[in-house]
Amino acid sequence: MTDLLTPVMSSDWDSDASWKLSRYEEVGGYRAMRKALDMQAGDVMSLVKESGLRGRGGAGFPTGLKWSLVPQDNPNPKYLVVNADESEPGTCKDMPLLMASPHTLVEGIIISSYAIGANTAFIYIRGEVLHIVRRLQQAVEEARAAGYLGANVLGTGFDLNIIVHAGAGAYICGEETALLDSLEGRRGQPRLRPPFPAVAGLYASPTVINNVESIASVPSILDNGIAWFQSMGTEKSKGMTLYSLSGHVKRAGQFEAPLGVTLRQLLELAGGVRNGHQLKFFTPGGSSTPILTGDHLDVPLDYEGMAAAGTMLGTKALQVFDETTSVVRTTLRWVEFYKHESCGKCTPCREGTWWLVQLLMRFEAGTAEPGDVDKLLDICENIGGRSFCALADGAVAAVVSAVKYFREEFEQGYTTPAWELFPYGKSALFATEGDPR
Amino acid sequence: MSLDAKSAPAEVAKKPDLVNLTIDGTSVSVPKGTLIIRAAEMIGTAIPRFCDHPLLDPVGACRQCMVDIPDAGNGRGFPKPQASCTMPVAEGMVVKTQMTSAVADKAQRGMLEFLLINHPLDCPICDKGGECPLQNQSLSNGDGESRFGALKRTFPKPVSISAQILLDRERCVLCARCTRFSEQISGDPFIELVERGALQQVGTYETDPYDSYFSGNVIQICPVGALTSAAYRFQARPFDLVSITTSCEHCASGCELRSDHRHHQIKRRLAGNDPEVNEEWSCDKGRFGFMYGRGNDRITRPLVRRDGVLQPASWPEAIDVAVHGLREAGSRVGVLTGGRLTVENAYAYSRFARGVLGTNNIDHRSRPQSDEEADFIAAHVAGRSLADSVRYADLDAAEHVVLVAFEPEDESPIVFLRLRKAVRNGTLRVTTIAPFASRGSEKLSAELVAVAPGGEAAALSGLELGAGTIILVGERAATQPGLLSAVSAASARSGARLAWIPRRAGEVGAIHAGCMPNLLPGGRPLADAAARVDVASAWGASTLSGQAGLSADEQLRAAASGELLALVVAGVDPADMGHADEALLGLESAGFVVSIEQRESAVTERADVVFPAALMEEQSGHFLNWEQRQRDVAIVVKDTRSPMTDMRILAALADAMGSDLGFRTPAAARADLAELGTWDGHRAASPTVADPGHVVGTADGLVLASWRQLLDASSGNDHELALRATARPAVARVSPATANALGATDVVCVTDGRRRLMLPLLPTRDMVDGVVWVPMNPGIGQGERLASVPGTVVTVDVVPVDEGVAS
Repeated sequence: MTDLLTPVMSSDWDSDASWKLSRYEEVGGYRAMRKALDMQAGDVMSLVKESGLRGRGGAGFPTGLKWSLVPQDNPNPKYLVVNADESEPGTCKDMPLLMASPHTLVEGIIISSYAIGANTAFIYIRGEVLHIVRRLQQAVEEARAAGYLGANVLGTGFDLNIIVHAGAGAYICGEETALLDSLEGRRGQPRLRPPFPAVAGLYASPTVINNVESIASVPSILDNGIAWFQSMGTEKSKGMTLYSLSGHVKRAGQFEAPLGVTLRQLLELAGGVRNGHQLKFFTPGGSSTPILTGDHLDVPLDYEGMAAAGTMLGTKALQVFDETTSVVRTTLRWVEFYKHESCGKCTPCREGTWWLVQLLMRFEAGTAEPGDVDKLLDICENIGGRSFCALADGAVAAVVSAVKYFREEFEQGYTTPAWELFPYGKSALFATEGDPR
Repeated sequence: MSLDAKSAPAEVAKKPDLVNLTIDGTSVSVPKGTLIIRAAEMIGTAIPRFCDHPLLDPVGACRQCMVDIPDAGNGRGFPKPQASCTMPVAEGMVVKTQMTSAVADKAQRGMLEFLLINHPLDCPICDKGGECPLQNQSLSNGDGESRFGALKRTFPKPVSISAQILLDRERCVLCARCTRFSEQISGDPFIELVERGALQQVGTYETDPYDSYFSGNVIQICPVGALTSAAYRFQARPFDLVSITTSCEHCASGCELRSDHRHHQIKRRLAGNDPEVNEEWSCDKGRFGFMYGRGNDRITRPLVRRDGVLQPASWPEAIDVAVHGLREAGSRVGVLTGGRLTVENAYAYSRFARGVLGTNNIDHRSRPQSDEEADFIAAHVAGRSLADSVRYADLDAAEHVVLVAFEPEDESPIVFLRLRKAVRNGTLRVTTIAPFASRGSEKLSAELVAVAPGGEAAALSGLELGAGTIILVGERAATQPGLLSAVSAASARSGARLAWIPRRAGEVGAIHAGCMPNLLPGGRPLADAAARVDVASAWGASTLSGQAGLSADEQLRAAASGELLALVVAGVDPADMGHADEALLGLESAGFVVSIEQRESAVTERADVVFPAALMEEQSGHFLNWEQRQRDVAIVVKDTRSPMTDMRILAALADAMGSDLGFRTPAAARADLAELGTWDGHRAASPTVADPGHVVGTADGLVLASWRQLLDASSGNDHELALRATARPAVARVSPATANALGATDVVCVTDGRRRLMLPLLPTRDMVDGVVWVPMNPGIGQGERLASVPGTVVTVDVVPVDEGVAS
């Protein structure tokens, strides 16, 4: 079964000091960069475009197409901004990548910046992960010392600076325009679009904002070619990607595999759901993607497969929950996160999440009133698609999908507390009561 | 009529590109770029909104204005409702508002429900209750009942964000109108949204209150009762108030105001909506400065000096005494009218002086002045109309504005807002000729040409000016000999347009009414015989004296020397004069002083007869603002106990003197002046006074630079303590080099003759050396008001820190 895995970005994570430049180069690192710098910038862009690489941050927008939206005749400097503000519940792919192999990103940035004509690139990384911030800063310094960054990279005449910028702890700063505001030193709140960042982004200049994994995928494409990349994945979802399994599985972790594998396959790799339990529901890509259930074990985990199932691929953060879990409690915890992280700019998100939390607390406590499920759904309808950015849509997705599959469990909240229906100790990682393992 | 091929295209105003769309089944064509919410207004559909404001950048925060767009103009619709306040129209677009779309209606109802869940619903005790967009739109577009039964977010309240403005964070719907106003319009971003989620709130910096000259506007644009003023809080309910549209009496900007009163008392004033002038804004002085007539110093009955003491008298007695005194003086009399009068009242003084008293000694200028200025006014201000003057709209369209002896934020705040708007649009460049870049100049991104007072003329001649340039020159130019001549010359040389912007509301009107020693009504030069015949025939007089009149300064000097035997004085504060000591001496030594005044003053103290005059809110008439635009003043308070107007008093005096003023109501005065019309004869020539060069600061003294800040000890702000408390702290500014030369210090004492002003020292970047700037009328507790005019040398002494603290 392990032949399902296609470790590319993660291939060297287990070697000694894998994050060092020396080790990275031993296994072929920075080869792709040299290759790219020998090409015309436009050709690099075309290559990435043709490869079919799509954004790994969640939305799946074609990466090469995004690059080509940057007006090359704009007199302002162009910027590449890497979104490393990974902070959604369940999502945990970029941080391990940066921890184990920061140079994969640095090399990707050099190639990508060259392609779009940027001489300054920013990595906006969440500030809480201080050890990773340091590792990344060190990698950038190593690359600079090696002549891969700075003025006249490898004598090609191409200049590039990378600035590692630590965020101050707000989920909203992962939203690309809020990220730009934050990077500019303002309060992170999403901006009105248009203008789109490709035209007027950072400092009102053309800006490409990509997820860490998208950029980290670029060196391998340059190195191995389009055919190699397209040999993985499905028709419209090409290449390999990092699937992050967490929750009630035996071996949680990162699984790099072609797009389009199924949860059943991934669960086999992870040793299955913990002993004596069955899958109840899972998120395909973090808490903002509508949940799926055991009925969806064989749906391909790619952009199209997930859309067909009424959800999204998202960040491929597969949080697995077994039958001991209260879906009401889980939903409440997620919505509490969104309430805490709502930036406050727009009414439906700010007020709606405030209300949803209080309503869900009643469901959890068994004190909801008949009709509250419909009220819950109606409030979600008034939030979803009405807010300024997608943050509130994520909050609503969790609630609506939970009710869709487990309505009766919510209705039980009219009479019975969730902790009686699903004693919380049982679903803990180290179960405290009646541990079946 | 023949068509001039060259000029014809220019005469046709360029039509904006129109976009056709359908809203609720109605076709509408609107200019390209119009927002959907605005296009809907054009067919009479009001989409509910909170954050949207036509004069602020769109933000799309409240999400109240959701509409359904089944076709965006490209055949495809939006799957979800869209905010109509951020989306521009597109050709062929189909929009369905709440009137025709259930989706839009539900989205809007849902949004109102959300906005109310954390709102305290304290309408019965809220200042805004009755005029509240949240209340109104909840009724028009919301559901009757809330489904929210949980805990509301609460905050301690209210919070003072300045001495004047109070914030109730529970009521706030976080529309960001106030923060956008402060950042975008006034350029004072001292309030900002802080925290996040439902705990988001308007905040101030820890140590800096929201002291903006324009802070009151945020109360007016707040769509809920989150922002209230210390002045109006709990004073009245909106539905008990009667609103009158009037004009502001505080400066020459000429704002339209809405004055709300109850029980013969003004409770508050709001900015009127005049797109040509103040748009929807006003400054805090205009908004809050209406309490000056409420003190115990109000004069309510005539006073006559008996045995050296002013004592109440009957009207007939006071009139008899005044007439007796004036008859004794004959034509050896002077008339000082000040800057507070409506055009009608000013015209009454003008006709009273020339037609009744038979003198040309009349001047409205109660400030530093010069003959050069009188000539400049005759050439460039008098006899003009709105049509041939620089207007606000011209500031919008100008490429370059040069400020000469003029600080718009302090001296004409709405001019400042217009300039800032154009600068922010990226169409205007501002140059200021000043000793340093003031806060206002910084907010205009103005290029500073740093000169000491007196150096302006030389600096102006060094500037590149073009036909797209407008020179705005302030009344302070009169303090620098040669400057107004240089301004005239620069304008003539370059084709740059020119506007003179005085500070006081009544100045331009007083000039038009003939309250100048060299000008008859309608801008007629006194020296012109035809002009005198014009006026004499209109007034039914045989002739008018052609003898040149005395200026205000000259009148006061002549009164001191005994050359003049009597003075008639209206709204004049001797301390405002260029030679304050001489002015006081003149009033004291004058044989006979008639004072027509609203409140006790340095003039009434020295008068022989005092007549009580009506406040602005008690009379009608009009001002002319700096553009020569007519600004109507309406009677707000119809209290039968209100005193007579200046005009009625003058008419009574004229009657008692056996003469006739010709009118006794504002309407009649206006008709009389209109019939006289504006001078269409030869215009006076521009002054040509040579620039004497400026005084240089030395070790013995620094050159004084000074102007009046908007909020200061002005008597127009009296009795409004919260307003005064938001004034900028008084400081003395010098350049860093000059500060070093003085020796490092925190406090300096600026001395001019016998007056001392002790102020904190603020070394100011880019300031010209050898100059000290102090506010002209800093106010109580700051020391005395200097008597010197800008450009003269004053002594600046370092105050040892312990002494500074002790005093």
